[in-house]
Amino acid sequence: MSSHYEAPIRKPLIIGDKNYHDVTVDVAAPVEGRANKQWWIAFSIALAAFLWGVACVSYTVGTGIGTWGSNKTIGWAWDITNFVWWVGIGHAGTLISAVLLLFRQKWRMAINRSAEAMTIFSVIQAAMFPVFHMGRPWLAYWVMPIPNQFGSLWVNFNSPLLWDVFAISTYLSVSLVFWWTGLLPDFAMLRDRAITPFTKKVYSILSFGWSGRAKDWQRFEEVSLVLAGLATPLVLSVHTIVSFDFATSVIPGWHTTILPPYFVAGAIFSGFAMVNTLLIIMRKLSNLEAYITIQHIELMNIIIMITGSIVGIAYITELFVAWYSGVEYEQYAFLNRATGPYWWSYALMMTCNVISPQVMWFKKIRTSIYVSFVISIVVNIGMWFERFVIIVTSLHRDYLPSSWTMFQPTFVDAGFFIGTIGFFFVLFLLYSRSFPVIAQAEVKSIMKTSSETYKKLREQGGHDNHSHSENNHH
Amino acid sequence: MYTFSSRLKTIALVLMVLGILGIGYSFFTAPKTVEDVEKILAADSHHGGGHADAAHHEPAAHDAHAATTEETHAPAAEAAHDTAHAHAVAATETAHGEHDTVHTEAAVAAHDDHGTAEAAHADAHAAHGEEAHDAHAEHQHHLEHVLGQLQNKPWSAVYVAALFFMLISLGALAFYAIQNAAQAGWSPVLFRVMEGVSSYLIPGAIIVFLILVAGTMDLHKIFIWMDKDVVAEDHLIQAKSGYLNKVFFLIRAAIFMGGWILYRQYARKNSLAQDDATDNSFYKKNFKASAGFLVFFIVTESIMSWDWIMSVDPHWYSTLFGWYVFASFFVSGITVIAMITLYLKSLGHLEYVNTSHIHDLAKFMFGISVFWTYLWFSQFMLIWYADIPEEIVYFKMRIENYNLPFFGMVAMNFVFPVLILINTDFKRLSWIVVMAGIVILCGHYIDFFNMIMPATVGDQWFIGAGEIGAILFFLGLFIFVVFTALTKAPLLAKRNPLIEESKHFHY
Repeated sequence: MSSHYEAPIRKPLIIGDKNYHDVTVDVAAPVEGRANKQWWIAFSIALAAFLWGVACVSYTVGTGIGTWGSNKTIGWAWDITNFVWWVGIGHAGTLISAVLLLFRQKWRMAINRSAEAMTIFSVIQAAMFPVFHMGRPWLAYWVMPIPNQFGSLWVNFNSPLLWDVFAISTYLSVSLVFWWTGLLPDFAMLRDRAITPFTKKVYSILSFGWSGRAKDWQRFEEVSLVLAGLATPLVLSVHTIVSFDFATSVIPGWHTTILPPYFVAGAIFSGFAMVNTLLIIMRKLSNLEAYITIQHIELMNIIIMITGSIVGIAYITELFVAWYSGVEYEQYAFLNRATGPYWWSYALMMTCNVISPQVMWFKKIRTSIYVSFVISIVVNIGMWFERFVIIVTSLHRDYLPSSWTMFQPTFVDAGFFIGTIGFFFVLFLLYSRSFPVIAQAEVKSIMKTSSETYKKLREQGGHDNHSHSENNHH
Repeated sequence: MYTFSSRLKTIALVLMVLGILGIGYSFFTAPKTVEDVEKILAADSHHGGGHADAAHHEPAAHDAHAATTEETHAPAAEAAHDTAHAHAVAATETAHGEHDTVHTEAAVAAHDDHGTAEAAHADAHAAHGEEAHDAHAEHQHHLEHVLGQLQNKPWSAVYVAALFFMLISLGALAFYAIQNAAQAGWSPVLFRVMEGVSSYLIPGAIIVFLILVAGTMDLHKIFIWMDKDVVAEDHLIQAKSGYLNKVFFLIRAAIFMGGWILYRQYARKNSLAQDDATDNSFYKKNFKASAGFLVFFIVTESIMSWDWIMSVDPHWYSTLFGWYVFASFFVSGITVIAMITLYLKSLGHLEYVNTSHIHDLAKFMFGISVFWTYLWFSQFMLIWYADIPEEIVYFKMRIENYNLPFFGMVAMNFVFPVLILINTDFKRLSWIVVMAGIVILCGHYIDFFNMIMPATVGDQWFIGAGEIGAILFFLGLFIFVVFTALTKAPLLAKRNPLIEESKHFHY
């Protein structure tokens, strides 16, 4: 796939004196060991938050949507904000596993597994909002085009909310298949190392009888490439369709053509920030610092910086075109964002999303783990507010001043959101103790080109490659 | 070292000469007076109805005159009757003739003061009544309008081609900067080709700049907002004059072009210096300059597209527009890199370029074609879906009067390259890549044609001597400049720290 020669300016991706066996042991350790006290504390907190979310959702479904802070003007608020936020976070996983695969970025290998897990868990969170923000969620199956006894009453395919159904369900399915395919060799590794009959049984089932023959590997590679090729347009189209929920409307502040690519850029931005948050903790707690190195964090920071700048350009474009359009409603929508009653959320969004990633231009900052961690959280707060600003400030003041109003969330709104955060961490914590969190088969494939050990060996070998090519030259 | 073959040089010169002849012919044959226009329209009248008829429709004509042929009368008139908004719409697209400004005036006034469609409608009619109670005057106005369009035609033809070739060069430069900033290991053997393609940026930008200057000197009417008489009557353009004014417009253009050229020259200089260097300092300089350029580029590219392309329709706006334009010329730039690489390779000049490099370029052609389509569709669909009158005119005009180019380019820029370039083996075959490349380049020329022409020549468009001449002239100039630049330095960047990876690249 890639060249046999690697330029000396490339820094090692696996640091320390690691061999193939070390990789196996390091990756398997968290799965084979027992959870410590910290894990149980974190898990309990996440579970409590999750259960609180379940209670809030039950209350909503039982009592009615009126328990939320939404009103007649602002029919969408936290529900859709959280939905878009979670979908956005999910995008980085596919980006890392698919887009970085297409661009042959070797550094993706240490982070793709966890990024994809993050995708799947956050899409699950996202998918709950479209169901439970319905007034009658028990009729949710009506969104599916199923032949029925109402004279085959059909859905209207013109609504982006219906496209959402297809986008999200396809996205979840494809991501799951992509993730699981990649897991087969790693589950097989755990199966082969299992000591107890129970774990042996479990990982035998999960690994689908993977035996690692040449033909299997060849097809495995091909499937990964095809899925990456499919997942890339999918990831763009999913968040594009989410953006269509707003952009197809005629609401000032919503109806703007830049939303599709700008939502996608924002999704990558927030998704990478979340990956950074999770991996900075994980590399420490699971002792994976040799694989998830400072360079990985730096590269993720660079992507955050690039997508943050793209988002910044989009903000400025929207502002400029609002003025340029000469449409007073559009102009007011942006004036209201900047100076209206929700100015603070707009200011927060601008600070977190436009200014904070710009600090990554300084190498000192982007290679600092602490700063990266803080910025990654700041970005996720900013991106939550971006969705809140787009949704609520556009709705609360639009065409008719007599319909202007405010939005105040209730504890149920908050409870549902907290519940999804809890559920996400329940899933992620369980994952980190039962799944191989690094794709060891992939990491082993770059051992000879990109590990510190081999790079040193090559240097001592006296620039074999170089002299070879010099000979070629003459 | 590559030497510019005399045969290719001759071809380039012949193209330029033919191009100048075509351009000259189109300027020479453009109508000078309304009498000329009357003759042209009379010759065209077999289109059904005939124009003279329309001009004498007593009550209806004053609405219908916005459209210039019988085919477009019905929709335009319908739109004009609907609401005051729609009235503004009909005017927006054809606002290039002075007589249309009354539409805008009336509609804008109605929009501000009355709000209800009926009131605005009546208002617009009243305003019209004063202006055009005489059908003959009406007809005269129409002829002047068409005269303006036909006089714009040769200028627009030159502008579209000049812009297209300059942006190809800029697209290649952006690709080069990305390759540098991303520390790509596959592409350094192609750097000299990319530098060659970007060398056209200097003459290309100067020519585009001169055309913009010609606009500010009222030599042509591509940018209708530069016309004092139009602006005086048009509240919408007046509101934009803080941005759309001649001085600021030229300053912006100068800064953008200056910045791009500066990076191009600086990167080229460092790239050559790195060949004989003893360390990687020039490489590092280029790395930093490329990152800086990309930031400058993303900002200036957006603004450039509003200035030089979007502002030809000064009433219309779209936030996506800048990125859409970017995708169009970016894929064209990559395509040209691939085609020139294949040409040089076929002459035996690029020793280390193998089918894997071509494969990668073809993948970019494929991927960015899909990306262009994504942006095209997003912009089109969102405006079509919401159907807001101020925005929809843009596509309404194009679908009604430019139907084949408008949808044909989607086939050329998306369907064809996607179908042919999805196959891995095909992406390694020179003739497939060249064939796909030709279709992509023609398709994106039409994309730019569709962006400019509807606003400047309206339904008077056709691809004739002026358009083809302009393409040939700039193609000849492009070949001449690029291949001259390619002779100036060895075609392999010698001491780039990633060059060995690139030489050994296999996919």
